[in-house]
Amino acid sequence: MNARYNWVGLQTILIREIRRFLRIWPQTILPAAITMTLYFIIFGNLIGRRIGEMDGFSYIEYITPGIIMMSIINNAYSNVASSFYSAKFQSHIEELLIAPLSNSFILIGYLAGGVTRGLLVGIIVTIISLFFTDIHIAHPVITVSIILLSAILFALGGFINALYANSFDQISIVPTFILTPLTYLGGVFYSISLLPEIGQTASHFNPLFYLVNGFRYGMLGTSDVSPTTAFIIIVGCIIGLSLFALKLLKNGTGLRK
Amino acid sequence: MYHASLSMNTALSIKNLQKTYSNGFHALKGIDLEIEQGDFFALLGPNGAGKSTTIGVIADLVTRTSGDVHVFGVNSATAVNEAKRHIGLVPQEFNFNGFEKIKHILITQAGYYGIPSAQAEPHADRLLKQLGLWEKRDNIARTLSGGMKRRLMIARALVHQPQLLILDEPTAGVDIELRRSMWEFLQQLNADGTTIILTTHYLEEAESLCRNIAIIDQGKIIENTDMKSLLSRLGHQTFILYLAEPIDGCPQIDAPCELIDHTTLEVSLKSSEHLTPLFTELSKQGITVASMKNKANRLEELFLTLVEPTVHGANS
Repeated sequence: MNARYNWVGLQTILIREIRRFLRIWPQTILPAAITMTLYFIIFGNLIGRRIGEMDGFSYIEYITPGIIMMSIINNAYSNVASSFYSAKFQSHIEELLIAPLSNSFILIGYLAGGVTRGLLVGIIVTIISLFFTDIHIAHPVITVSIILLSAILFALGGFINALYANSFDQISIVPTFILTPLTYLGGVFYSISLLPEIGQTASHFNPLFYLVNGFRYGMLGTSDVSPTTAFIIIVGCIIGLSLFALKLLKNGTGLRK
Repeated sequence: MYHASLSMNTALSIKNLQKTYSNGFHALKGIDLEIEQGDFFALLGPNGAGKSTTIGVIADLVTRTSGDVHVFGVNSATAVNEAKRHIGLVPQEFNFNGFEKIKHILITQAGYYGIPSAQAEPHADRLLKQLGLWEKRDNIARTLSGGMKRRLMIARALVHQPQLLILDEPTAGVDIELRRSMWEFLQQLNADGTTIILTTHYLEEAESLCRNIAIIDQGKIIENTDMKSLLSRLGHQTFILYLAEPIDGCPQIDAPCELIDHTTLEVSLKSSEHLTPLFTELSKQGITVASMKNKANRLEELFLTLVEPTVHGANS
């Protein structure tokens, strides 16, 4: 009986989240499409032609998986962070807190909302990329798995950020000062073989490196890291952050007085 | 989960509820309260007395420091979701998403309680009609007037058909006409079997609606009784008499009186005294009473009597 109640609750959160990001599509969908189009034009087309090949692929082919991945994880993260924090800020999170819904289903509902937006934006960016390059998917199962796991991982990050945040500034600090630098340094636009040895070693401590390279392996069949390692790192991070988020929810951190 | 020793008729039982906030403020200092099923119960107290904290603990918005809360026999510490299923909450502050449509707010809230939208819609529609929001169902919530927002929160609290409705100052900022219509709605709801707990600053509201009352002050229950007993303790009633003809001074009667203006007289009678001798005496003196009313608000006088000593004590 409880499982059925929780399942309806989860569906309700997901529907509400989808309705929210579609209602404000100029803020949630359009910016990613415009920004990524500019990446394809400037880095892929104009500058990329002068760079030549990277790991046996044209530069635009090489960076396309990274750009798609960047748009997915950014949107999965920011959807959960801004939606959950807004609910806290406007106090309508209380609608959920007073309801007989288990914490794990609240968490999954928000993650599902973030993943859905990430995937929608990812599909749009993939369609845009087709105007600039051909897309080959070397390993479809790995590609889809890495996309889903990466979106879940970053939606989790957004959720934890929103739980701790006490202002809108605090939900933009993490994407601006942590997420964006790690994404760029994670090998979206280059192979780490171009870096000096110390840079290559440092890249292995960047979780984004495994996401970008795991996805690149799925699409191009080439990567700076083995897909098994990428899976282990991503799944490990998801398990760790999920347990942490549930612990915060149980304690009422940032939610209950 | 279920507490067998509690009466089957007990809607809410609170035992030794304590709450100390992280800043050290001891908001609740051992609240004990028992509310029977079907009651219309007033929880009164000055600002900061602990009313909203108590409600917050019952609704799981505030974590308790210690103490027991049972809702219809279900322990809210060990079976919190089962306990929450019985409760509908109308909070003091507007806490809905102002950018959502009204019908979506209700259907979403029902979904959080595990009610699929197809099942929730008929009841949500009925509530919107009863509360005069039907025409606005497709409007964005933030475009509603203050009174409509209050009614939206009542509709939202009832969408899962709770057995216990808790209203934290539901008529704050609502005009008199609308307040009266909300009273009628709540009275009908109570008559249909819903237990209601009401906190309000309008003591006239508590006096008109509630059968039992608890007064909370500085985190403690300082009075818990039925409304009639409490009012009977007042010892006197004050009446405002509107005179047919103007007079120049207080008439000679056996009761304290004050001439408010030339045609308005305020008379205070003991609870045991009847009105007939007063009217007879006034008539003998050639004074005709055109109309009269009971001076509001009797409960207010009692409230101040009960609460003031502790407030003064705290200030001293």
